[in-house]
Amino acid sequence: MTAAVLFENVSRHFGTVKAVDAVDLEIAAGEFFAMLGPSGSGKTTCLRLMAGFEQPTGGHIEIFGETAEGVPPYRRSVNTVFQDYALFPHLSILDNVAYGLMVKGIGRQERHRAAEDALAMVKLPGYGQRRPGQLSGGQRQRVALARALVNKPKVLLLDEPLGALDLKLREQMQEELKSLQKSLGITFVFVTHDQGEALSMADRIAVFNDGKIQQLGTPEDIYQRPQTRFVADFVGSSNILSSAICARLGVPAAAASLRPEAIAIGTSWAEQLTLPGTVTARSFLGAVNRVSVDCDGEKIIVASPAAMPVPDIGAQVQLAFSRNDLHLMEAA
Amino acid sequence: MTLAATQTILPNRPRLTGRISDFLWKHPHVLLAVLLGPPILWLGIIYLGSLFALLLQSFFSIDDFSGLINYEFTLATYKQLLSDANFDIIVRTVLMAATVTLFSALIAFPIAYYAARYARGKWKAVFYLGVMLPLWSSYLVKIYAWKLILAKEGILTWAFTKLNLLWLLDGWLSLPVIGGNSLSVSYTGTFLVFVYVWMPFMILPIQAALERVPANLIEASSDLGGTPQQTFRHVLFPLALPGIVAGSIFTFSLTLGDYIIPQIVGSSRLFIGQAVYAQQGTAGNIPLAAAFTVVPIVIMGLYLWMAKRMGAFDAL
Repeated sequence: MTAAVLFENVSRHFGTVKAVDAVDLEIAAGEFFAMLGPSGSGKTTCLRLMAGFEQPTGGHIEIFGETAEGVPPYRRSVNTVFQDYALFPHLSILDNVAYGLMVKGIGRQERHRAAEDALAMVKLPGYGQRRPGQLSGGQRQRVALARALVNKPKVLLLDEPLGALDLKLREQMQEELKSLQKSLGITFVFVTHDQGEALSMADRIAVFNDGKIQQLGTPEDIYQRPQTRFVADFVGSSNILSSAICARLGVPAAAASLRPEAIAIGTSWAEQLTLPGTVTARSFLGAVNRVSVDCDGEKIIVASPAAMPVPDIGAQVQLAFSRNDLHLMEAA
Repeated sequence: MTLAATQTILPNRPRLTGRISDFLWKHPHVLLAVLLGPPILWLGIIYLGSLFALLLQSFFSIDDFSGLINYEFTLATYKQLLSDANFDIIVRTVLMAATVTLFSALIAFPIAYYAARYARGKWKAVFYLGVMLPLWSSYLVKIYAWKLILAKEGILTWAFTKLNLLWLLDGWLSLPVIGGNSLSVSYTGTFLVFVYVWMPFMILPIQAALERVPANLIEASSDLGGTPQQTFRHVLFPLALPGIVAGSIFTFSLTLGDYIIPQIVGSSRLFIGQAVYAQQGTAGNIPLAAAFTVVPIVIMGLYLWMAKRMGAFDAL
């Protein structure tokens, strides 16, 4: 089966800055794919390479088996939902949504009917006569989505689509995007710096840093088994245990990652590993208490369920965790 | 409690300036009135008032025998304005203003587009300098310079001769209406100087409008399948239109009212500005001069009304 998007050794350099550096990537058709990373990590440039706004300085890109380099954006069957929506301020909502069909020469009546349907799909029926300036951020987001989807793209690209929305709306849109993608069967590629968003929505995630993919895998893979220190730190802020601590635990390794929520305070079973330490700080975060524990000069963060008792600052505690939750890393 | 209150709320300030500033802080509308009053009086009485007084003159008439103004309401002056000779002046001026505006927009757009989209840092400074520099030099000097350039013995004729293209220039000058003895005494010459002199007034508003068009709208259009031509027609042009209209208000109205350029570079046939100058000066016919002045105002009003109806300001 042909890949929806294929990157072979793709680079995009701006002068001496390597925005994207020798990236290999294969996105399957019908997949919900996330590109996760901090700003400046190359994820957005990758998206722009797919859309055609940027041309690679090296390597080869295919979209559904067709060579993409040198092809302008208007001759690609991909559509983009822009970060700040990029709605046309001088056109009505209906004409915004119908824009793609209009430039393809589809008659007014037909394209307006299709645009109405697309607006109904994103739950904005009857908003066609308004202007972008009259809508809220969440509504504009939906219009941008309808405007892209009405063209029935083979790949939908979403650039930080939920970045400008408030938390409640973002959670709601996450679910809606996910179910929309399932029902339409279109390949979604979305860029985000929010690891929670990537973990909850994507089938697979590519974690970017410094223009390279650090790790590519399912959300469980990325979260449970980070392969590099960067991934462990960026996705859910894992504890990184040094080789000294690893040696004390009897697991020789250069470094190991340990999730804060995999650690229990005080209680331990026979098979578990334990570490003594001193509580240095604690804060209540609602569902959990975040406790900082000092173990021989290394700070370890514990996410302790709020129902459990919290030790006082300065208390001596035993940290207990399962060997299976400790993920060894090749290099630091 | 009382201690805290006396500490946090300070007593009234004893000095007059302090009391005034406290009063103005509590009554912001008074401050606004003080700040806006003088300029509004200036604008209302001196600026608009004098214009209104002039326009009022157009409803008086002149006594043909004595040359004195007859201060009675009449439309006779307007009847005179629409006589064949005077109406010719109006048509000639409006046609010239429209042509100048059209060509200014055509030339200004690519320059403004480059400046807004591509010029950065040093090149932006070069752009502003290049556009503004002609505005810093004397208007009369520029026009006389153009008269020399366009004259029969001027550099343009010389260049055409050297390029063996004199036949082209002569062919153009032999055309009816727009031709003449030399460029400096033809409508073509007047047109060229008008376009040159008003060009910055067209470039700057278009550049400002284009600068406000977010780059991602261009990308969005392209992403949705719009070819560069379609993107220009459906996105860039409509969004730049307020700037083009603003620029055209300058080029159009400045051309309508100018009396120096057609007098120095051009044929002896009059433009509105020259007619106003002649009527209020040598002829002493203030009412007719005032009536001529009304023409550009009415035309600009109609123009703006039409531009608004066509949606030129929708993107503002």
